Parts: sequence; structure tokens; C-alpha cells
Amino acid sequence: MKTQILIENLFAEDIKQVPIRNGYGEGLLVLGKENPNVIVLCCDLTESTRSQAFAEAYPRRFVEVGVAEQNLAGLGAGMAHEGKIPFITSYATFSPGRNWDQIRVSICYSGNNVKIVGSHAGISVGPDGATHQAMEDIAITRTLPRMTVLVPADAIEARKVTIAAAKMNGPVYIRLAREKTPQFTTEETPFEIGKAQVFRAGKDCTIAAIGPQVYYALQAAEELSKSGIDCEVLNMVSVKPMDDATLVKSVKKTGCVVTAEEHQIMGGMGSAAAEVLAQKLPVPQEFVGMPDHFGESGEPNELIAKWGMDKKAIINAVKRVVKRK
Amino acid sequence: MTIRELEQKANDIRQDIIKMLVLAKSGHSAGPLGMADVFTALYFDIMNVDGNNPTDPNRDRFVLSCGHINPVWYATMAHKGYFPTSELATLRKLGTRLHGHPHNEALPGIENSSGPLGQGLSQAAGMAYVGLKMDEKPWRVYCVMSDGEQDEGQTWEAAMFAGKYKLRNLTALMDRNNIQIDGHTEDIMPLEPIADKYRAFGWHVLEVDGHNIREIIDACSEAKAIYEKPTIIICHTIPGKGVDFMEYRYEWHGTPPDASDIKGAPKKGTQAAEALKQLRTLGGRIQSEHE
Repeated sequence: MKTQILIENLFAEDIKQVPIRNGYGEGLLVLGKENPNVIVLCCDLTESTRSQAFAEAYPRRFVEVGVAEQNLAGLGAGMAHEGKIPFITSYATFSPGRNWDQIRVSICYSGNNVKIVGSHAGISVGPDGATHQAMEDIAITRTLPRMTVLVPADAIEARKVTIAAAKMNGPVYIRLAREKTPQFTTEETPFEIGKAQVFRAGKDCTIAAIGPQVYYALQAAEELSKSGIDCEVLNMVSVKPMDDATLVKSVKKTGCVVTAEEHQIMGGMGSAAAEVLAQKLPVPQEFVGMPDHFGESGEPNELIAKWGMDKKAIINAVKRVVKRK
Repeated sequence: MTIRELEQKANDIRQDIIKMLVLAKSGHSAGPLGMADVFTALYFDIMNVDGNNPTDPNRDRFVLSCGHINPVWYATMAHKGYFPTSELATLRKLGTRLHGHPHNEALPGIENSSGPLGQGLSQAAGMAYVGLKMDEKPWRVYCVMSDGEQDEGQTWEAAMFAGKYKLRNLTALMDRNNIQIDGHTEDIMPLEPIADKYRAFGWHVLEVDGHNIREIIDACSEAKAIYEKPTIIICHTIPGKGVDFMEYRYEWHGTPPDASDIKGAPKKGTQAAEALKQLRTLGGRIQSEHE
């Protein structure tokens, strides 16, 4: 097992739990110091999107927009046109959900260097219910030409993603989650836009995951190893551009793949992986994700269990897919 | 340029609009003809812009929100020297820089892509915010909007924002021609009292005859003198201005000359010739109070 790029005691019961969105807030503070052109716009959700610390440290570079996500995207485009690097921030259901046309025309088509940050994505938003659980945001952003789509797996990776997004020129969508989830990567864990990382090497099945599901995939792989199924776990943080080479190389070895994400199965990261594999190396694939359905209220762990996006769902999907080889 | 010269320039621009639309075989007629005087005033008098230096950091920014009237923008820019007037014949054709709706990356001098209505004022407000509040720059932002796109909620989100932050370096000009594709604005979705609405949102509001170049210039000068508020100039225009069978007719909103038979107009195939004839002789009919 090769997990040295991750923390020791990966499966400790008292593993540190941190919301992924916290890493965004930390990344903004680093950027605030490094680059005077980085600015933050927010739609009345400054604290919960973790923009607060930046707003306090750099008040002249923080813009309160009010509850107006369409205007948020347009303002970001206009400010990017003047050389700023705006991080436009809200919940993923509202941005890129409500303002997709503005993101399409004012940002992507116009080539404006805007970073769209959607917090509270996925069903693990929990008690707020289906309206606030963004399950379609990857699908609607990755189909936009020029868009880069990044989904960090924990808070440390979210910090790296935030900093890297500011350093590239062009629109980026960063997907964040609300709930505390295990912090299992380290400062040394490699991250690069366009690259997937092999978090666990294996030969029987590839599990390609994003966001909180990466950790569940590692747990699933650990459990499956006891029943003799040796899984390789990929962190597909860069959903677009996707690291075709790493995915194909892994699948060439394992002969099958399970994709796992807190998103609609249709159009999500699993679909993106299928687009790659259908052309380069068709293999049996099982999709862990939302089965064309809206969410509901409940505790995050209850919801990911009920709707089949937890460790158990990944284990079952692996068992199904290896039989299809 | 004198007012008389500006009026003649606007008339030349109108003739180019007709010629472009006939060759393109699709596009909007009424709005572009109605806004020729406003565009002429902006590009040849009001704004600090240079066709030979479209990326000058100190230029005034111009944002067109209602991208569908871009024949008037393209014709004005060509006359201003951004590109050769001969290129106007490529409007909407494969390989052109003059897309059916404007694209900022295709043509130097175009600051924003537009078409889907209601997106321009937000971008203009974003630019103005940077210029006023962050970088403290002397340039101003001008945003042309249609009246129809006041139906869009985003327009009012941006209006609220500009009012809150008192973006005094932002001047919006509304093409108040009272038509949109399905009919008259007050039948489709009433806008009045539009001036009061903007006042309530914290704007300085002016109203002008959109075909009186002197009034347009004076209003923009007043806007520069207004502190603590953004300014909107409601330009009362006649859609199709200069061609009698197009004037006031919403049927010409989204139709080029010679593409179809329209009630009250010359037969298909003779419309452009008649329009150009009227425009060529309009020079003699212009009544300038400032001569």
C-alpha cells in the first residue's frame, strides 16, 4: 500500500474533520497577501462561504453584492476586464446554478478571468434540503468551453486549488462542501490543475472519486482488500481538464472502474470519465452518484447512505463491476 | 466636429446600416437606425476613444448591453477608424469579425460580448467600481441599453448596485424607442414611470430627444458634473429613424430590408433602394437649431 502522500493513520477513528470550504478561506488569505489584484465578491453569504477573513483583512478588495447572483457574475466579468482576479462566491445552487447564462456569456465566451466558487455543493448540505443541495453544478459548468472545473477532496486541497486557480488565466469553477469531512491529505500531497493523483495503488478495480467521496473510496478500498479485491483509488480533483492519461493507465491495469461523487450521475465527473474511456479504453463502469432524483432534508450521513454515495455504496459498486470484467 | 457635421456623420452611418443589413440578409433594422445619433455623439464627441488605439488604458469604456443593435456599433466604429468600412459587408458571414451579436475577442474596441439581454449594466458597473473605488482612474464608463431589456431582473440588480456604491463615473443611455419584438413596450410589459424607477434606485435621471445631438452631448456633460450618483439618460428615439416606412414600426425590429413584405412598406426587393434614397436626401431635411 502506497499512502505516504497522505496522512499517517489514514483510518484512525479520531481523524481530524474540517469543512472543505475552510480551505478556500485560507487560500484567499494567502492570495490577499501575494496578489493585490485578487478580489472577492459575495452574495450575502460572507461567513458561511468562508470569505469573512478576507473581507476583514482587505476591505477595499471585498465587494458585498447582496442577494443578486446574476449581477455577481456580471460584476465579476467587468472587474476581470479591468485586470482584477475576482472570486465570485455563493452557494453552488445559486452560482453557477441561477446565473449560468451570465457565466456562459459574460465570463466564458468573453474570456474573462473570473473564479466561480460554489460552496455547499452535494447532498451533504443536509437539513437545508433539496433546494440547497447542488447536484447538477459539475454538469452545467464542465460543458462550458474554456471552463476549468476543480473539486477538492479536503480543506488542505481546497487551499491549494484556490491558490492555483488565481495563478491560471481563465474561468474556473471551484466546488466546495459544507460539512466537516476527514482531512487526509498533507501539505506534501501533490496538486496540479489537469492532474489526477493515485492515492492508493491496486490491480483489480479503479475507483475514481472527487470531493468527500475520495476518502470514502479509500475506506472502501481498505475494506475490500480484506475480501481479496485490490482497488486503486484516484483523486480526480481536476474534473476539467481531466487527466486522461492517469485514468487510462489505471484502468488498463485494473480493467474496470467505479466513479464516485456527490452529484447527479448524469453529466457529472463519472460521465466525464466515461467520455474518456469510451474513446480510449472501454471497460465496465459503475456510477456512484445521485440517480436522477432530488435530495431531501436529513443529516448528511443519513442522506449519503440513503441515496447511495457512501463507503458501502462504493463497495457494492466495486463488487458489481469486477463481476462484469 | 460641429453639430451639423455630426448629423451628417449619423446619416452616413444610417446608410451603411441599410447596406450591411441587406447583404447580411438577417438582423435588426429599427434599433440601429434609431440609435445612430446617440452613437455618433458618443464616438465623435463625448467619449475619449481612439480608433487607432483601442486598448489605451485611459480610454473611456463603452459597453453595449443590447447586442442586437450592433450594426450601428459596427458602422460607427468603422467610421471612427477601428477597421475599414469595406469590412461592414462581412456582417454575420462565416469568418467575419462582425458577428451577429458582438464578441469582444473578435474585434478590437469591443469591450464586452452581448446578446442575451440584461447583462451589460452589471459589467459596466463592475468596470466603474474598479475605476472609482479600487484603482481611482479618470476614465468613465458608458453603457447603452434598450428599453425592452428593462424587463430583465438583472438590469435592476445592477441598477441597485450602482446606486448603492454611487458610481458617478457610470453613465447609462437607454434607447427609449417603445418597441420590442412582440410589440410596444407598454403592451408587452409596461415600463413607465421608468424615470421615477431609476430615481428611486438612486440614479440621476435625464431625458433627451435621442435625435438631437446637442441635447445628447449636453446631458453627458451634465452627468460628468453629478457627484454621488450614477446617471441614466433616457434617449427618446424613433425606431427606424430616417426611413419613413420603418419609423415607429415594431415589425422592423428584427427584420432586415428586402427580406420580407411588410405592411406599409415598399415591395420586397425595393425596400433598401427606397430607404437609401430617403437617407441620402435626409441631409437637406435636417433641421439643426444650432447652425
